[in-house]
Amino acid sequence: MTAEVLDTAFVDAGERPWRLAARRLMRRRAALIGLLVVVFFVVLAVAAPLVAPHDPLATDWRAVRKPPSASHFFGTDELGRDVLARVIWGARASLMAGLVSVSIAVAVAVPLGLVSGYLGGVVDGLVMRIIDAMLAIPFLVLAIALAAFLGPNLTNAMIAIGVVQTPIFTRLTRGQALAVKHEDYIEAARAVGNPDRRILLRHILPNILAPILVQATLAIAAAIIAEASLSFLGLGQQPPAPSWGSMLNTATRFLSQAPWMAVWPGLAIFSLVLSFNLVGDGLRDALDPRQS
Amino acid sequence: MTVFLLRRLALVLPTLFFVSLLVFGLQQLLPGDPALALAGEERDPTVIAFLRQKYHLDEPLPLRYVLWVEGVLSGDLGESIRIKRPVRDLVLEKLPVTAELAALAIVIALSIGLPMGILAAVKSNSAVDYAATMTALWGRSIPNFWLGILLILLFSVQLGLLPASGFVSPTESLSRNLATLIMPAFVLGNAIAAVMMRHTRSAMLEVLSADYVRTARAKGLSEARVVLHHALRNALLPVITLGALEFGELLSGAVLTEQVFTIPGFGKLIVDAVFNRDYAVVQGVVLCTALAFILLNVFADVAYALVNPRLRG
Repeated sequence: MTAEVLDTAFVDAGERPWRLAARRLMRRRAALIGLLVVVFFVVLAVAAPLVAPHDPLATDWRAVRKPPSASHFFGTDELGRDVLARVIWGARASLMAGLVSVSIAVAVAVPLGLVSGYLGGVVDGLVMRIIDAMLAIPFLVLAIALAAFLGPNLTNAMIAIGVVQTPIFTRLTRGQALAVKHEDYIEAARAVGNPDRRILLRHILPNILAPILVQATLAIAAAIIAEASLSFLGLGQQPPAPSWGSMLNTATRFLSQAPWMAVWPGLAIFSLVLSFNLVGDGLRDALDPRQS
Repeated sequence: MTVFLLRRLALVLPTLFFVSLLVFGLQQLLPGDPALALAGEERDPTVIAFLRQKYHLDEPLPLRYVLWVEGVLSGDLGESIRIKRPVRDLVLEKLPVTAELAALAIVIALSIGLPMGILAAVKSNSAVDYAATMTALWGRSIPNFWLGILLILLFSVQLGLLPASGFVSPTESLSRNLATLIMPAFVLGNAIAAVMMRHTRSAMLEVLSADYVRTARAKGLSEARVVLHHALRNALLPVITLGALEFGELLSGAVLTEQVFTIPGFGKLIVDAVFNRDYAVVQGVVLCTALAFILLNVFADVAYALVNPRLRG
């Protein structure tokens, strides 16, 4: 057997789990539908200036609280703004909040969890006690407190959500690092003299990415709800910029006169969150080696 | 058991220490002069000087922390700038409202989540199982506050059956109290029911394949008796323990639900405090929720260890 053949065999062996997972994911109808809906919302958010039928900020005093019609498919709000245009533009805030806050959490938590799990000892004990303390404060209560003290705007809301999600990822990464650090291939990497940094980044990290990816997908769903909640409370995206949460907040004042104002933004949050949850669940099953 | 309890309590102390650091640290996030920020719209120099003195803002940070902890340990959570009342009194006043809402929500969550979880496990991989799984997914995905708005639209605006907002104390009128709480409790319970259902389903699936259940079936007992008497009793314990851990979810949900239904509880207290820039109240509420959560966790662990001796080791 030549070295070339051996190389190919290793490349195949390395690629197979992810390719297999992708194939499994594609076979799951619910996850596929979820993925399509997520892609639909991403396209909507990116192409908002092209697809929104009206300017989301343009007020029209002659069209205040008009029910859905041919000129305004989702009706208009209390200032005569087109609800459909605002829902489309609102997708930007929600998706951005989901992606940015989870990225913040992953960027902080993964290195922290890796080091904590790999080194153990005092570092691990200290990190875990801080994580326990953060987990002791309910998710939204901590996010509200952080957003309140930092100041109410979308950026601070994303930071607050990211910070609040950090302990979950840290715990997950640490657990995974602990589980693999005594595996033979890690011992072998250590025995041939690899430095700790290389072992962490080249050997441990690639092998624990799957559960982190699953958690990230599910965390985006939670972050979208959290951003909508903070905006609903007035601590996220500030008016007049469109956001699904703040649209729902306004809608509560006009429930009997303009119920459509409350239906569409809520339906958008629900569809997007449900889709991310479907993709997350599908990914978890697809990446689970016990699944046939 | 004493050793287990002591070991568990020893773990709580460092967590409490870090929680106190975290809550105290919130104040340091305020931009600019904390005395000015704490005073909110109040620009009276005497108020600002009073705040500076009360919160020892001229002192070094570690000393301020020690003084703050001393205050907290003696029951002084600070004073509300807006209402001019001790935060401790406000918390104690609002707590029963949220506690009643939470208790009702748990009852609703149990009455939806448990039967659905049992049915899903008994009829595993059937249409019932899929329906239950879909319901759980719905519970996880629907934003609490939107569900609340939809219920108000249906039951208050369209049908006129229930009040859209407000709260009536049970001592005043029990029926009106329940009428004001049933919708918010359902909204809160819905999310917890989804989690309960998943826990119950997996616990029941595990128990149903156990030897003693097979023995019970072999003895010729009816399926209902096997499921309810033998399996459920053993599956229930982890479900209830995990349920206690849902307390955090309940409090997070209560913040929004109380806002939607204008219920003067713990959640509304923190939101109002945020908008009034009443930072001492925000800190006090965060500290109390964390404390309650930690104690509930200890309680759940101890309860679990009491009935499961293997965990005490």
